[in-house]
Amino acid sequence: MDLLRFITAGSVDDGKSTLIGRLLYDSKNILIDQLEALERSTKNREDGTVDLALLTDGLRAEREQGITIDVAYRYFSTPKRKFIIADAPGHVQYTRNMITGASNANLIIILVDARLGVIEQTRRHSIIASLLKIRHVVVAINKMDLVEYSQDVYNNIIIDYTDVAKQLGLENVTYIPISALNGDNIVDKSENITWYDGKPLLDFLEEVEVSSDVNLKDPRFQVQFVIRPQTEDLHDYRGYAGKVVSGIYKKGDKVTVLPSGIETSISALEIAGKEVDEVFAPQSVTIQLADDIDISRGDSIVKSDNLPQVSNELEVLLCWMDEKPLIPGNKYYLQHNSRLVRSVVKQVEYKIDVNTLQHLPLEGNVKLNEVVKATIKTASPIVYDPYDKLSVNGSAVLIDETSNSTVAAVLIK
Amino acid sequence: MSQYQLNYLEQLENESIHIFREVAAQFEKPALLFSGGKDSITLVQLAKKAFAPGKIPFPLVHIDTGHNFPEALEYRDWLAKEVGATLIVRKVEDTIKQRKLTEPKGKFPSRNWLQTYTLLDTIEEFEFDACIGGGRRDEEKARAKERIFSVRDEFGQWNPKLQRPELWNTYNGRIQKGENVRVFPISNWTELDIWNYIRSEQIPLPSIYFAHERDVIEHEGQLVAMSEYVQPTAGDVIVKKKVRYRTVGDMTCTAAVESTAETLDEVINEIISTRISERGETRIDDKVTEAAMEDRKKNGYF
Ligand SMILES: Nc1nc2c(ncn2[C@@H]2O[C@H](COP(=O)(O)OP(=O)(O)O)[C@@H](O)[C@H]2O)c(=O)[nH]1
Repeated sequence: MDLLRFITAGSVDDGKSTLIGRLLYDSKNILIDQLEALERSTKNREDGTVDLALLTDGLRAEREQGITIDVAYRYFSTPKRKFIIADAPGHVQYTRNMITGASNANLIIILVDARLGVIEQTRRHSIIASLLKIRHVVVAINKMDLVEYSQDVYNNIIIDYTDVAKQLGLENVTYIPISALNGDNIVDKSENITWYDGKPLLDFLEEVEVSSDVNLKDPRFQVQFVIRPQTEDLHDYRGYAGKVVSGIYKKGDKVTVLPSGIETSISALEIAGKEVDEVFAPQSVTIQLADDIDISRGDSIVKSDNLPQVSNELEVLLCWMDEKPLIPGNKYYLQHNSRLVRSVVKQVEYKIDVNTLQHLPLEGNVKLNEVVKATIKTASPIVYDPYDKLSVNGSAVLIDETSNSTVAAVLIK
Repeated sequence: MSQYQLNYLEQLENESIHIFREVAAQFEKPALLFSGGKDSITLVQLAKKAFAPGKIPFPLVHIDTGHNFPEALEYRDWLAKEVGATLIVRKVEDTIKQRKLTEPKGKFPSRNWLQTYTLLDTIEEFEFDACIGGGRRDEEKARAKERIFSVRDEFGQWNPKLQRPELWNTYNGRIQKGENVRVFPISNWTELDIWNYIRSEQIPLPSIYFAHERDVIEHEGQLVAMSEYVQPTAGDVIVKKKVRYRTVGDMTCTAAVESTAETLDEVINEIISTRISERGETRIDDKVTEAAMEDRKKNGYF
């Protein structure tokens, strides 16, 4: 049994909450008392049915306003997989929330209302999916019951979306006609959609292969914490604790410490204090090195025959996430995994229209939810790979020096 | 290729260990809030693994309501010794005296709510800048949006609007003086994940998690253990039943469930087949309002 993280995207009223509620309900992940609470809160409804969308309602402020304002995480599992859903709301503030939810997702479900087809929002969600390099895309064509389960409607949407996918370079796209409200093609194959010979949504989610999404080719490791017990029997022990970001490391490997460039080799590998011969992504491990060198948090240990980039000037895409605008020339902390350095956003070249991917000239400052191409200069070098090649080592955040808020998502070019 | 794959529990474990190490590296004075329940027992196990062969580089802090199960206290002391961690205990009783707080009344006088005062005092006393807790996002609706690093202001308050976006596996723990961060390394685990992990790691648990005979009274369909802290009223019948606990909190606010499950496998089977959430089944005070948890969090609760 493994783990699949996915995000759902759709514009308001496309049926996102209903879909998530349906997945939880039909896969029997709603517990009896939660169901009773749900029934109590929907007792006043005229048709007497349970409002599945209420299952995913979060904070009271949101309930009162009838909207969602933040990313929420939901959990369910089947005998085959555990699922983590990032549920990001579908209104204007969406870019920030969607990028947050998508940053850890293996897969995105893009909801399309069968009556409306591919609309601007669909394009926007797809653009964000492509910027963030989400590997698997499911286009769930919802509300099929409202178009008489028409195969033509379905086919036309596929034709339209194929264009979008091609333009964006989205490769693994799967189309599933569903009715979240009635449960068609969610857990069981729909009896109303006999012309569809693919899998229902849950089967697809259970079976889609995601283990190969982990890069095992390019070994990357960053030191999080130095373990130095300094006890009698572990007097000289010095272990570099961190996560294997990607790739595989073996005992004896020749490695280079970056940014210093010092070469040494791995003398021991440990997982939870037990020695092992090899470790791989995304394990949390401890590395011991043959030589005594000065290494601290944020330094990278990579294999000497496979080096990443090292630079203190980065070409990046920035997605701005703060109410306070980005002022070019301002200083921010840049946090790249565990490495924190001071940086300055030197220059903003252009803005990217998230509905069309067009480059637009920047007028004034960069505002919340805008995506821009910029150059960042850092006080000390960053050890990275381009996001498009190895996203786990090409992503970072900017932190406001005065408020300490996380103000931008950074994708390194 | 399959030798380089992790199963879902291993993935969760590795993620949690990563979070623990971030806390140890980013903060000066972290603490692990230890309640004696299975979630915090799991936290201790993960922390042990994160820093091996070194010791856990922060203390375990227990906010003792004075209404604890003796079995849980015994276990707490044993565990702290076993992992070689410093144990700090602060008592709600003392806060009540010092601050002249009003003791809760009624049949089940729960001090659960008063813990917040003791917790905030303890944070101030030791200047803790990060408090690691066992909250899980599946526990309750209001928790579904909780960050893994959740910033609290000087009053320990949680403001949903001021939470930072949390991207990739990058955790921003920068704070101003006076603020602190609550960290939830097992955010992404469900109750069943915890039980499965305890089984796969063979972590010993306090005995009250397994079926045993106990004097209980029935209260609105829930079974509450008789103890010196519970004030039975006329009409209450004390009966002996075979029960176990699904969560371990105060004797006054945690209900038992009838059970014959004496082993971990049996407990897990019962949980899978009951299909009632642990809060719904065992927390006496949460039924009050749907938004009870949200309100508490805003006021600095765990
Ligand atoms: N007929 C029909 N209505 C649906 C379907 N899915 C959702 N709806 C309805 O569309 C409305 C919006 O759904 P909701 O899940 O709240 O949308 P969200 O804003 O995307 O979360 C609600 O009235 C739903 O009952 C569907 O498959 N068929």
